[in-house]
Amino acid sequence: MNRNLQLLWNGFLPENPIFRLALSLCPAVAVTTSVKNGLLLGIAVVFVQVFSSCTVAIFRSFIHPRIRIPAYVLIIATWVSVIDMILPVVSPEAYKQVALFVKLIVVFAIIISRLELFASKEPFVPSFYDGLGMGIGFTFGLVITGAIRELFGAGKLYGFDVLGFEPLLIMILPTGGFFVIGFIMATFNYLEFKITGKIPKSGGAH
Amino acid sequence: MRIHRFWMAAAAAFVLLLFVLGPALASTPGTGSFKKDKEIEISFGIPVDESWATNPANYSVYEKPDPDIKMAVVSVSLDPRKVTATLRFKDTLNKAAEYIVEAKDIVSEGKVIGSRSFMVKKSEVQILFSLLIGAALISNYVFTKYLGLCIFFGVSQKKETAIGMGMTFTVVMVLSAIMCWALNAFVLVPYHLGFLKVIVFIGIVAIFVQAVDTMLRKVNPYLFKRLGVYLVLITTNCIILAVPLDNALKDHGSLESLIFALGAGVGFAIALFLMACVRERLEVCRVPRMYQGLPIAFIVTGLFALAFLGFSGLAIF
Repeated sequence: MNRNLQLLWNGFLPENPIFRLALSLCPAVAVTTSVKNGLLLGIAVVFVQVFSSCTVAIFRSFIHPRIRIPAYVLIIATWVSVIDMILPVVSPEAYKQVALFVKLIVVFAIIISRLELFASKEPFVPSFYDGLGMGIGFTFGLVITGAIRELFGAGKLYGFDVLGFEPLLIMILPTGGFFVIGFIMATFNYLEFKITGKIPKSGGAH
Repeated sequence: MRIHRFWMAAAAAFVLLLFVLGPALASTPGTGSFKKDKEIEISFGIPVDESWATNPANYSVYEKPDPDIKMAVVSVSLDPRKVTATLRFKDTLNKAAEYIVEAKDIVSEGKVIGSRSFMVKKSEVQILFSLLIGAALISNYVFTKYLGLCIFFGVSQKKETAIGMGMTFTVVMVLSAIMCWALNAFVLVPYHLGFLKVIVFIGIVAIFVQAVDTMLRKVNPYLFKRLGVYLVLITTNCIILAVPLDNALKDHGSLESLIFALGAGVGFAIALFLMACVRERLEVCRVPRMYQGLPIAFIVTGLFALAFLGFSGLAIF
């Protein structure tokens, strides 16, 4: 397989930011009350991740190692400010639901950890694919959690009424988010156990 | 002798203060207080006639910002001493707002003695206290707003580190929230630089985390070692950025920002400590193999969140 494609796939499943690396869990629980919110935040994260990965990959030789963290934070904050100005224009209704979290993308651990672990060492093109893969994996995690919670909590999928009743209200309460993520993580552990025969160690959760 | 002189100076200053403040105090309108959701109590200071006082038409009540929207008074009751009246309203009052009660042509012992207005609002202490409780328990950032989970799951393995982290976090939180408030109020808002909020706030937080990191390295190297990478990761904690943003969004003043940040920090420390207590016990439990580690921690957090829903109706004032 082509290396770039492999980087894409890597972010999608083997190193899925939410379920495998257990990074950036706050938005995974908070905005996933519906598929739409998850998708919108996911797109914002893809944008920020790709652009800051590329920026860091281009300027990596100019950034002194000792001040790299503040420099990364500032780069991320700049791109977050950009997307924070674009989104309300594109879809004002949906933006209201995730407004706080779009600003909080600055502190999502997944982005800074990709900059630190990948983009600061690799050239432009692989960094781009790595950022894209991680962003898509993150979006996938948000959407799947959102789908489960929306289906069981509100009986809907992407705003359309599927079941016609509300089976488990608890799923759209804060509690439901924690439960669903816990179950999905356990499912991933189970699948990996079936395929490789060993239980993986849980991610660091930071 | 010197002590004597000090006290004399203090007394003189006090008398002077009374002279300055006295007229100001005397001319302020009367005050009232909220009783229940739909009731306001005002005190006239003198006995008034019952037939006048119990007529709802004699009062006009409105929220301070819009005097044109009158609140409908349903009934008025007077206490036996005929000094304090309780106004009952049709709609539930907004206790965060400030109301003005105007009493027209007050009648006392058969004589009309003129109109008077009363200001009704929660006292500053009440507002601050409910902010503190609100941030710490009712809308706990971890259990009801799902923020700060990264550090929450990372440092909650041992009680000892959980307490250390809770305290360090609260200190950083309060300091950076105050600094963010000052910059927002004196620089960003006057110069219409609101779009720079995120960049400026995260910069301030990073500075304070670096400072605490440097200090803790010298003051308590043991705790420093235990906290490890998570100390630096305070910078990438959602709560620490969400609180200044919330403060800016809700137009909190300096003291309110401080109390809100304190509440959020204490709430986080409580959550961390509770979780550490449970996880220490989970270590010796037989957890299904698929659920070991993070998955079970998530489910326990879900149960905590369920318990914290119980605080949602809490209202002290």
